[in-house]
Amino acid sequence: MHRIVIKKQLSQDVFQFDIEAPLIAAERLPGQFIILQTSDNAERIPLTIADADISAGTITIVFQAVGKSTHLLAAMNEGNHIPHLLGPLGTPTHIDQFGSVVCVGGGIGVAPLHPIAKGMKKAGNQVTIIMGARTRDLIIMEDEMRSIADEMIICTDDGSYGRKALVTEPLKEICSQDHKPNLVVAIGPPIMMKFCAETTRPFGVKTIVSLNTIMIDGTGMCGGCRVTVGGKTRFVCVDGPEFDGHLVDFDNMMKRLGAYREVEAQAHHQCHLDLGIKPTT
Amino acid sequence: MNALREKARQTLDELDARTEPLKPKDRMAIEPQEMPAQEPRVRASNFKEVTLGYSEEQARLEAMRCLQCKNAPCISGCPVQINIPKFISQIVSKDYEGAVQTIKLTNILPSICGRVCPQEIQCQAPCTLGKALKDAGKSVSIGRLERFVADFERAKGIKQQSVKPETGKRVAVIGSGPAGLTVAADVRREGHSVVIFEAFHKPGGVMIYGIPEFRLPKAIVQAEIDTLRAMGVEIRTDYVIGRTRKLMDLLDKDGFDAVFVGTGAGLPKFMHIEGENLIGVFSANEYLTRINLMKAYDPQSDTPIMKSRKVAVLGGGNVAMDAARCALRLGADEVHLVYRRTETEMPARAEERHHAKEEGVVFHLLENAKRIIGNEYGCVTGMECLRYELGEPDDSGRRRPVPIKGSEFIMELDTVVVAIGNDSNPLIKRTTPEIETNKTNNILTDADGKTSVDRVYAGGDIVLGAATVILAMGQGRRAAASINKMLAASLDASPAAPEQHDI
Ligand SMILES: Cc1cc2nc3c(=O)[nH]c(=O)nc-3n(C[C@H](O)[C@H](O)[C@H](O)COP(=O)(O)OP(=O)(O)OC[C@H]3O[C@@H](n4cnc5c(N)ncnc54)[C@H](O)[C@@H]3O)c2cc1C
Ligand code: SF4
Ligand code: FES
Repeated sequence: MHRIVIKKQLSQDVFQFDIEAPLIAAERLPGQFIILQTSDNAERIPLTIADADISAGTITIVFQAVGKSTHLLAAMNEGNHIPHLLGPLGTPTHIDQFGSVVCVGGGIGVAPLHPIAKGMKKAGNQVTIIMGARTRDLIIMEDEMRSIADEMIICTDDGSYGRKALVTEPLKEICSQDHKPNLVVAIGPPIMMKFCAETTRPFGVKTIVSLNTIMIDGTGMCGGCRVTVGGKTRFVCVDGPEFDGHLVDFDNMMKRLGAYREVEAQAHHQCHLDLGIKPTT
Repeated sequence: MNALREKARQTLDELDARTEPLKPKDRMAIEPQEMPAQEPRVRASNFKEVTLGYSEEQARLEAMRCLQCKNAPCISGCPVQINIPKFISQIVSKDYEGAVQTIKLTNILPSICGRVCPQEIQCQAPCTLGKALKDAGKSVSIGRLERFVADFERAKGIKQQSVKPETGKRVAVIGSGPAGLTVAADVRREGHSVVIFEAFHKPGGVMIYGIPEFRLPKAIVQAEIDTLRAMGVEIRTDYVIGRTRKLMDLLDKDGFDAVFVGTGAGLPKFMHIEGENLIGVFSANEYLTRINLMKAYDPQSDTPIMKSRKVAVLGGGNVAMDAARCALRLGADEVHLVYRRTETEMPARAEERHHAKEEGVVFHLLENAKRIIGNEYGCVTGMECLRYELGEPDDSGRRRPVPIKGSEFIMELDTVVVAIGNDSNPLIKRTTPEIETNKTNNILTDADGKTSVDRVYAGGDIVLGAATVILAMGQGRRAAASINKMLAASLDASPAAPEQHDI
């Protein structure tokens, strides 16, 4: 049982929990994630660890209430216990002194990016942070990120805060400079990661992305988290979650993720019609 | 079921009324007892257990068929050498309690093994009665009798195993499948304390998340786990060794005196053909876990599985049969099992094949997938297959299937389940580089189940590759015996009071 010590609402449907998990807090490294369940038969939700406090024995997670399971989680309060929490899972981020590192975070992707940016800074890198969101209210963890960044760029789609631009715009500018960055780490919605990788590809700047696929066990047993990377089938929970963005087959991953939910529903309908089957709904 | 029972009662009354003992000829004349089962059409749409178990009358009658051979070839066919003729004769004399104890001397999970062991290639294969009747299918139904006595015991409440006084020694068991549970029981009995670490939120391994409810009711596995808990075995779920805690830390920091690794099979194999990552293609592990562990068939469950109409399952093992039969129960209109060889080569148990066909799974033998076809949304719409014929025998003596040129054809589908086996679980190996493994990442052990690392033992699928419940148990027993021996030796060497660690 893991007690929720602090609950914060970061934006309309984005929440931050600090949860008691001393063993995980002590073992976790940047880039790793946990899987939690709100009850025995509830969906297993993978969430990246945004921060940890070893002395308090807590880990921080940030999530957006989108489906039934994350809404159930959002309904929990300080003092409540999360019955099942497994981790830390996945291969930690490779942190090293690369030189200059650009960290790009989209939406709640800023949360998993935070420990990586922190680690990169500590390792002696010059860290540029680009944060983007649809609108000002959806920018999270700005102060935490500012305290790490050597340079900070904020973009919103509607121009309500910072630059009115997509994160790929400043990213492209940085890559066009004489001193190209040595590494880009991009975490956010799949579509953002895909376009960040497309942006850096012509410049030959290595770009790491962190994938958040469907998962069941998270220990390399079920194969549900598989993605195609460089033409090979890889398992996100044990081989990832981070991969070379230039090699990831994002289109296939987005389809599998149901990133286009409506399209998917329609697609199913279409699959059935193609088979001459009467649709169920 | 009542008819089978009634018939058995009549025959039994006649036999019990006889004054002179039964001769082998009389025993051979007794009809093999059929297993009562749910009607195929009914059971294909529910998840309740398919076979219902012998009635007492049937069990005694089946037991009377046993010839009580002096050489008992059945015993050598059993991977854990149960004294089969003895427990069978105890059934004849209505000493069911005694029969269970006879089995439990070497097999701690009879209610599970009685249901899932491939008896037709183990104890029942060499049975003298089957040989005499020139039909291995007419051997004594040893597995069904094992199940009968185990169910009898469970109905009365499983008898608590006795535990020797505490020794202060501590053993960590990684994984709660049959291998891990066996080690836990055998080591705990000697008075050592045991902690099982399990990655999932429920213990039981494949018996919980792989083998479906209709073949192995989860309440049965749960009862066995409760017995272990009652013996004082501690089970920590949601705890993955290698991540939550490193294996070596258990020994070096947490004060465990020995570790047993029973982490089972791992990463599912794929065919590496076009279209394998389309929406609607599942590994059997994912498909079965969603159904069995996360109860996708229960409308209350939050982990759904897509509604399929036309399903193809690739493979010919138990896993493939289970996936196909689950697909039927989830309401698919058509379920096709596609296998490259013929039915004789299928590794699935005969009973599973028989049940699957009865329920309506269509077998496509000597056929194989070439590519999976999808639409513009990335959903499966079909599969291109090739027909095969049997060619020259390969190294294993089996005739190798060879594709027939130009035999391609298309099957219309919306779901494909790939059930062609597993590679080994990579986690322990990656996080414990000291442990020696072979090319396929299976952990290497000596004849006592000991790995290359001192005080670390291993067994079950992580050592054998995908095997069986009984072989995993057998390996667990062997490893437990060497752990107990090692701990006894160290107790003799240092009889001082052991220090207490709290983890
Ligand atoms: C669908 C299916 C049907 C089958 N049908 C039959 C049958 O009819 N008859 C038969 O005899 N056999 C059958 N088998 C095979 C049989 O189930 C296995 O051989 C047996 O369960 C292996 O036992 P095990 O103890 O080695 O591992 P498992 O049962 O695989 O258990 C391993 C456990 O370890 C846990 N684990 C893994 N890694 C870690 C870690 N790092 N830390 C903590 N825990 C970890 C896993 O979550 C799992 O619970 C079937 C298998 C499947 C998949
Ligand atoms: S071989 Fe068959 S008949 Fe002989 S003792 Fe064993 S079960 Fe009985
Ligand atoms: S989540 Fe099951 S293999 Fe990765």
